[in-house]
Amino acid sequence: MLIGVVFVITVGAFYLIHLLPGDPAAVILGTGDSPANRAKLYRQLGLNKPIIEQYFVWIKNVIRGNLGTSFISETSVWSTIKAALPIDVEMIIISQILAFAFAIPTAMRSARKPDGILDRILSAGSFTLLSVPSFVLIVVLVLVVAIKLGVPHTGPSSYVSLSADWIGNLESMALPSITLAIGSYVVYYRVLRSDLIATLQEEYITMARSKGISSRRIMWRHAFRPSTVALLGTAGVNIGGLLAGGFIVQFILAIPGLGYQLIAAIGRSDYLVVQGIVLVVSVGVILINFAFDFATNLVDPRISRE
Amino acid sequence: MSNPNFLNELVEEASVHTQPLRKRRLGFLFWLCVGWIALNILGAIFANLLPLINPLFQNYNVVNAGPSLHHLLGTDDLGRDIFSRIVFGSRVSIEVSLGAMLIGFGIGAPLGMLAAYRRGTFDAVLSTVMYVFLAFPAIIATIAVLSFWTPRSLLKIIVVVGIAAIPLVYRVIRGATLNFATRDFVVAAKVQGATDRRILMKELLPNVAPIGVSFLLVGIATVVTLEGALAFLGLSVNPPTPSWGNMINESLANLQVNPWLAIFPSAAMCLFLLSLNFIGDRLRSHYDISEIKL
Repeated sequence: MLIGVVFVITVGAFYLIHLLPGDPAAVILGTGDSPANRAKLYRQLGLNKPIIEQYFVWIKNVIRGNLGTSFISETSVWSTIKAALPIDVEMIIISQILAFAFAIPTAMRSARKPDGILDRILSAGSFTLLSVPSFVLIVVLVLVVAIKLGVPHTGPSSYVSLSADWIGNLESMALPSITLAIGSYVVYYRVLRSDLIATLQEEYITMARSKGISSRRIMWRHAFRPSTVALLGTAGVNIGGLLAGGFIVQFILAIPGLGYQLIAAIGRSDYLVVQGIVLVVSVGVILINFAFDFATNLVDPRISRE
Repeated sequence: MSNPNFLNELVEEASVHTQPLRKRRLGFLFWLCVGWIALNILGAIFANLLPLINPLFQNYNVVNAGPSLHHLLGTDDLGRDIFSRIVFGSRVSIEVSLGAMLIGFGIGAPLGMLAAYRRGTFDAVLSTVMYVFLAFPAIIATIAVLSFWTPRSLLKIIVVVGIAAIPLVYRVIRGATLNFATRDFVVAAKVQGATDRRILMKELLPNVAPIGVSFLLVGIATVVTLEGALAFLGLSVNPPTPSWGNMINESLANLQVNPWLAIFPSAAMCLFLLSLNFIGDRLRSHYDISEIKL
């Protein structure tokens, strides 16, 4: 099943790009070049062969771990991906740590007294944030943090790589990570809160309470684990979405992650880079979902027995 | 089927689905949000008839002005009236989202209902095809198609986003229909000799509709956001035509000089999204639909 889906994605990535107009020869040679030169270049790049044959050449190389060399920048596609992917991974890890660190305690607080004042404030706040798109958040954050407060490395086009200066790197990753963290927080808080409220009404919780176990211990030891099934499923989908959809904050701040490279490659008709990134992102999304499904089974063993 | 309990259950089920719903109130905020959406839509439709300054007119005497009586929300870096651009800009968001949802629901919803009702090979084949489409990152496909399919137009954006929405709508509607297709009231209708058409339209559709509507609201909100994202990549309608996304994108260059350029269109978009989400949330709790199903 997994392999089948990956196969279909490779075909999709390949054909989608090739069916579209846009000509790498025109990009390399410029539009004013002679047709003879163009035909020669097509032969060199293998673009004169039928599309099906091109696909098999490409997929054979991909299976051997060779994603090809870009026609345009003449660097290997894999090196582009290798440079970009860690940026996405760092951004996702920071944002998810932040999101969970805030979502779990606040959801527990809300669930302890549903419809209490604190719960109402938190719920209304998360609901409002739900309606703020990531590009609005990042613009507001840039306005406040980079322009008004003047924190270094936080504005657009001021990315610092991790190997160059790790403090500068953290500064430049702060705003995009916070933006993604807020988007994730809202979803996690809402899912966990409603599940915790449902779990706390179960009889075994009443039983635990009647034994005199502290409400803190009940929350962490008894109620938390059974309430995380939906949370894990949501987190899997959400993190996959960040990998595929994080491009917008990267694009606005010119952070050279996968999304940024993808948009740049689409802009210059760089087929092989687009195919490579789409392939890596799609496989990444599938693997993340798979990992979280597995984690769900660990949390609730009944699921795998069904 | 002669079991008297069966009838009781039927009656009970029917009452669960019709009676108490009418009594619960939706509340003042709900109607406020409905009013806001209606106001936005009316503004978008009648923008030409309203006494607004031409959104493309560049008045170089008042560049980057703050809010005033003449320019309610001020002017941008080219001296264009921001309020009028926001009203005209709402047209793009509303047209794209409604158009795309028309395509998505027009094709995805009937297919989803049919697949869940028929089951068998039809369902298996269709579901596999849709599953494959879902596995492909839709946002990337949308960007790729839009960046190569020139010249850009509103209609092309609507078509591409609409097609991308089909498998999502299909999955939600199929799931919802599946939930009802084996219930007793459907079995009862079948036993009475109702036609497939009647069962689909009279028995299943009214039950699936609330889930469909609340997914529609989520969908509209998603497409409005997507238009903004596309605008940042230069893939929304071509400037100088105003759209909320275009306005927020253009404001980035002048963020230091005039932050209002970013704040007002962002606020317009967020208020619109907030109202949609609130309406959806209220409807879900009204009809007892869990959020995770969507």
